[in-house]
Amino acid sequence: MAINLVFLGKLEDVAGCSARAIPLSDTLSDTLDGVIDGLEPTLAEALRAPRVKLAVNGVLVQDRDVPVLRDGDEIAFLPPVSGG
Amino acid sequence: MSSLPVARVRLATRAFDPADALNTFTRAHPEAGGVVSFLGQVRVGEGVEALELRHYEPLTLPAMEDLAARVHARWALDGLLVIHRTGVMEPGDPIVLVAAAARHRRDAFAAADFAMDHLKSESWFWKREKVAGTWRWIEPRAQDYEDIARWQAQTPA
Repeated sequence: MAINLVFLGKLEDVAGCSARAIPLSDTLSDTLDGVIDGLEPTLAEALRAPRVKLAVNGVLVQDRDVPVLRDGDEIAFLPPVSGG
Repeated sequence: MSSLPVARVRLATRAFDPADALNTFTRAHPEAGGVVSFLGQVRVGEGVEALELRHYEPLTLPAMEDLAARVHARWALDGLLVIHRTGVMEPGDPIVLVAAAARHRRDAFAAADFAMDHLKSESWFWKREKVAGTWRWIEPRAQDYEDIARWQAQTPA
Protein backbone atom coordinates (compact mmCIF):
# COMPACT_ATOMS: atom_id res chain seq x y z
CA MET A 1 0.00 0.00 0.00
CA ALA A 2 1.54 3.28 -1.10
CA ILE A 3 0.68 6.59 -2.66
CA ASN A 4 2.83 8.71 -4.92
CA LEU A 5 3.51 12.37 -4.18
CA VAL A 6 4.55 14.54 -7.14
CA PHE A 7 6.35 17.84 -6.58
CA LEU A 8 6.19 20.42 -9.36
CA GLY A 9 8.29 23.53 -9.85
CA LYS A 10 10.31 24.75 -6.91
CA LEU A 11 8.68 22.16 -4.65
CA GLU A 12 10.97 19.66 -6.34
CA ASP A 13 13.98 21.48 -4.88
CA VAL A 14 12.43 21.55 -1.42
CA ALA A 15 11.66 17.83 -1.60
CA GLY A 16 14.96 16.96 -3.23
CA CYS A 17 13.14 14.84 -5.80
CA SER A 18 10.29 15.16 -8.28
CA ALA A 19 8.24 12.32 -6.79
CA ARG A 20 8.19 10.20 -3.70
CA ALA A 21 6.31 7.02 -2.80
CA ILE A 22 4.82 7.08 0.70
CA PRO A 23 3.71 3.83 2.31
CA LEU A 24 0.20 3.77 3.72
CA SER A 25 -0.85 1.99 6.85
CA ASP A 26 -3.60 -0.61 6.57
CA THR A 27 -5.94 1.14 8.91
CA LEU A 28 -7.80 3.10 6.22
CA SER A 29 -7.32 6.12 8.43
CA ASP A 30 -4.62 7.70 6.32
CA THR A 31 -5.35 11.29 5.44
CA LEU A 32 -3.35 13.65 3.31
CA ASP A 33 -2.79 15.80 6.38
CA GLY A 34 -1.36 12.80 8.15
CA VAL A 35 0.92 12.00 5.23
CA ILE A 36 2.15 15.61 5.06
CA ASP A 37 2.73 15.61 8.83
CA GLY A 38 5.10 12.70 8.33
CA LEU A 39 7.34 14.63 5.92
CA GLU A 40 10.25 16.91 6.75
CA PRO A 41 8.93 20.10 8.38
CA THR A 42 10.29 22.39 5.64
CA LEU A 43 8.64 20.29 2.94
CA ALA A 44 5.38 20.02 4.88
CA GLU A 45 5.26 23.79 5.25
CA ALA A 46 5.99 24.35 1.54
CA LEU A 47 3.23 21.91 0.51
CA ARG A 48 0.72 23.70 2.75
CA ALA A 49 1.44 27.14 1.30
CA PRO A 50 -1.88 28.78 0.35
CA ARG A 51 -1.02 29.12 -3.33
CA VAL A 52 -0.08 25.48 -3.79
CA LYS A 53 -2.88 23.63 -5.58
CA LEU A 54 -3.56 19.92 -5.53
CA ALA A 55 -4.40 17.35 -8.16
CA VAL A 56 -5.53 13.88 -7.18
CA ASN A 57 -4.99 11.26 -9.86
CA GLY A 58 -4.69 13.98 -12.47
CA VAL A 59 -7.81 15.89 -11.44
CA LEU A 60 -7.50 19.32 -9.87
CA VAL A 61 -9.25 19.57 -6.51
CA GLN A 62 -10.67 22.86 -5.31
CA ASP A 63 -9.77 22.45 -1.66
CA ARG A 64 -7.82 20.14 0.55
CA ASP A 65 -10.74 17.78 1.09
CA VAL A 66 -8.96 14.90 -0.54
CA PRO A 67 -11.00 11.72 -0.38
CA VAL A 68 -9.70 8.75 1.55
CA LEU A 69 -6.30 7.86 0.19
CA ARG A 70 -6.14 4.63 -1.72
CA ASP A 71 -3.30 2.45 -2.79
CA GLY A 72 -1.73 3.84 -5.93
CA ASP A 73 -3.16 7.35 -5.64
CA GLU A 74 -1.08 10.13 -7.14
CA ILE A 75 -1.18 13.47 -5.34
CA ALA A 76 0.47 16.32 -7.25
CA PHE A 77 1.44 19.57 -5.53
CA LEU A 78 1.25 22.49 -7.96
CA PRO A 79 2.86 25.81 -7.03
CA PRO A 80 2.07 29.01 -8.97
CA VAL A 81 2.71 28.46 -12.67
CA SER A 82 5.04 30.34 -14.99
CA GLY A 83 4.69 29.43 -18.63
CA GLY A 84 5.29 31.10 -21.94
CA MET B 1 -24.29 25.72 -40.31
CA SER B 2 -20.63 25.03 -40.73
CA SER B 3 -18.94 22.83 -38.15
CA LEU B 4 -16.87 24.51 -35.47
CA PRO B 5 -13.23 24.92 -36.41
CA VAL B 6 -10.87 22.65 -34.53
CA ALA B 7 -7.94 24.21 -32.72
CA ARG B 8 -4.52 22.72 -33.30
CA VAL B 9 -2.92 22.40 -29.89
CA ARG B 10 0.44 20.78 -29.34
CA LEU B 11 2.75 20.22 -26.41
CA ALA B 12 6.17 19.99 -28.06
CA THR B 13 8.89 18.00 -26.33
CA ARG B 14 11.48 18.94 -28.96
CA ALA B 15 12.47 22.04 -30.88
CA PHE B 16 9.93 23.11 -33.49
CA ASP B 17 10.20 25.40 -36.50
CA PRO B 18 7.76 28.29 -35.96
CA ALA B 19 8.00 29.51 -39.56
CA ASP B 20 7.12 26.07 -40.87
CA ALA B 21 4.24 25.69 -38.38
CA LEU B 22 2.87 29.13 -39.24
CA ASN B 23 3.15 28.46 -42.95
CA THR B 24 1.20 25.21 -42.65
CA PHE B 25 -1.45 26.89 -40.49
CA THR B 26 -1.84 29.86 -42.83
CA ARG B 27 -2.19 27.67 -45.91
CA ALA B 28 -4.89 25.67 -44.11
CA HIS B 29 -6.95 28.85 -43.71
CA PRO B 30 -7.14 30.62 -47.06
CA GLU B 31 -10.60 31.89 -46.08
CA ALA B 32 -9.14 33.95 -43.24
CA GLY B 33 -8.53 37.60 -44.05
CA GLY B 34 -5.90 37.87 -41.38
CA VAL B 35 -3.56 35.74 -39.31
CA VAL B 36 -2.02 37.13 -36.13
CA SER B 37 0.82 35.22 -34.52
CA PHE B 38 2.96 35.54 -31.43
CA LEU B 39 6.28 33.78 -30.99
CA GLY B 40 7.93 33.59 -27.59
CA GLN B 41 11.60 32.63 -27.57
CA VAL B 42 14.35 32.17 -25.02
CA ARG B 43 15.98 35.56 -24.83
CA VAL B 44 19.70 35.89 -25.30
CA GLY B 45 21.51 37.75 -22.55
CA GLU B 46 21.43 38.27 -18.80
CA GLY B 47 23.74 35.30 -18.50
CA VAL B 48 21.00 32.77 -19.17
CA GLU B 49 22.56 29.55 -20.43
CA ALA B 50 19.40 27.45 -20.65
CA LEU B 51 15.70 27.53 -19.90
CA GLU B 52 13.63 24.55 -18.86
CA LEU B 53 9.87 24.22 -18.86
CA ARG B 54 8.32 21.44 -16.85
CA HIS B 55 4.75 20.27 -17.16
CA TYR B 56 2.43 17.81 -15.44
CA GLU B 57 1.23 15.29 -17.98
CA PRO B 58 -2.34 14.73 -16.72
CA LEU B 59 -3.16 18.45 -16.60
CA THR B 60 -1.06 20.44 -19.05
CA LEU B 61 -2.27 19.43 -22.49
CA PRO B 62 -5.95 19.02 -21.47
CA ALA B 63 -5.89 22.55 -20.00
CA MET B 64 -4.30 23.93 -23.18
CA GLU B 65 -7.12 22.32 -25.16
CA ASP B 66 -9.71 23.82 -22.81
CA LEU B 67 -8.12 27.23 -23.26
CA ALA B 68 -8.23 26.88 -27.04
CA ALA B 69 -11.92 25.99 -26.84
CA ARG B 70 -12.59 29.10 -24.74
CA VAL B 71 -10.77 31.27 -27.26
CA HIS B 72 -12.80 29.77 -30.08
CA ALA B 73 -16.03 30.37 -28.18
CA ARG B 74 -15.17 33.99 -27.47
CA TRP B 75 -14.06 35.23 -30.91
CA ALA B 76 -15.10 34.48 -34.45
CA LEU B 77 -12.07 32.55 -35.64
CA ASP B 78 -11.38 30.39 -38.64
CA GLY B 79 -8.58 28.63 -36.82
CA LEU B 80 -6.30 28.69 -33.81
CA LEU B 81 -2.81 27.24 -33.42
CA VAL B 82 -1.08 26.76 -30.07
CA ILE B 83 2.34 25.12 -29.73
CA HIS B 84 4.11 25.19 -26.37
CA ARG B 85 7.49 23.67 -25.62
CA THR B 86 8.40 21.60 -22.64
CA GLY B 87 11.93 20.46 -21.77
CA VAL B 88 15.30 22.17 -21.93
CA MET B 89 15.85 25.03 -24.38
CA GLU B 90 18.79 27.19 -25.33
CA PRO B 91 18.82 30.94 -25.91
CA GLY B 92 17.16 31.71 -29.23
CA ASP B 93 14.95 28.59 -29.15
CA PRO B 94 11.21 29.04 -29.67
CA ILE B 95 9.11 28.47 -26.54
CA VAL B 96 5.57 29.17 -27.63
CA LEU B 97 3.74 29.94 -30.85
CA VAL B 98 0.15 31.15 -30.95
CA ALA B 99 -1.62 32.02 -34.17
CA ALA B 100 -5.22 33.04 -34.75
CA ALA B 101 -6.83 33.15 -38.17
CA ALA B 102 -9.97 35.20 -38.62
CA ARG B 103 -12.04 37.00 -41.20
CA HIS B 104 -11.35 40.25 -39.39
CA ARG B 105 -8.06 41.26 -37.87
CA ARG B 106 -9.36 42.54 -34.53
CA ASP B 107 -10.70 39.12 -33.60
CA ALA B 108 -7.35 37.58 -34.53
CA PHE B 109 -5.33 40.11 -32.50
CA ALA B 110 -7.55 39.76 -29.43
CA ALA B 111 -7.69 35.97 -29.58
CA ALA B 112 -3.89 35.63 -29.81
CA ASP B 113 -3.44 38.16 -26.99
CA PHE B 114 -5.93 36.37 -24.74
CA ALA B 115 -4.42 32.97 -25.46
CA MET B 116 -0.91 34.20 -24.62
CA ASP B 117 -1.94 35.89 -21.37
CA HIS B 118 -3.61 32.68 -20.25
CA LEU B 119 -0.73 30.46 -21.35
CA LYS B 120 1.62 32.63 -19.30
CA SER B 121 -0.24 32.67 -16.04
CA GLU B 122 -2.91 29.96 -16.07
CA SER B 123 -1.40 27.00 -17.84
CA TRP B 124 0.38 24.16 -16.09
CA PHE B 125 4.00 25.02 -16.74
CA TRP B 126 6.87 25.68 -14.40
CA LYS B 127 9.93 27.48 -15.67
CA ARG B 128 13.50 27.57 -14.47
CA GLU B 129 16.64 29.05 -15.92
CA LYS B 130 20.29 28.24 -15.67
CA VAL B 131 22.63 31.11 -14.89
CA ALA B 132 26.34 30.52 -14.20
CA GLY B 133 25.69 26.79 -14.03
CA THR B 134 22.94 27.07 -11.42
CA TRP B 135 19.25 26.37 -12.04
CA ARG B 136 16.73 28.77 -10.51
CA TRP B 137 12.93 28.56 -10.61
CA ILE B 138 11.15 31.57 -12.10
CA GLU B 139 8.35 33.01 -10.03
CA PRO B 140 5.31 34.38 -11.84
CA ARG B 141 5.50 38.15 -12.27
CA ALA B 142 2.86 40.55 -10.96
CA GLN B 143 2.58 41.84 -14.53
CA ASP B 144 1.38 38.40 -15.69
CA TYR B 145 -1.55 38.55 -13.25
CA GLU B 146 -2.37 42.10 -14.31
CA ASP B 147 -2.34 41.01 -17.94
CA ILE B 148 -4.85 38.24 -17.31
CA ALA B 149 -7.04 40.46 -15.11
CA ARG B 150 -7.72 42.68 -18.13
CA TRP B 151 -9.82 39.91 -19.64
CA GLN B 152 -11.68 39.08 -16.45
CA ALA B 153 -12.88 42.68 -16.22
CA GLN B 154 -14.55 42.42 -19.62
CA THR B 155 -17.71 40.60 -20.43
CA PRO B 156 -17.18 37.93 -23.07
CA ALA B 157 -17.67 39.17 -26.60
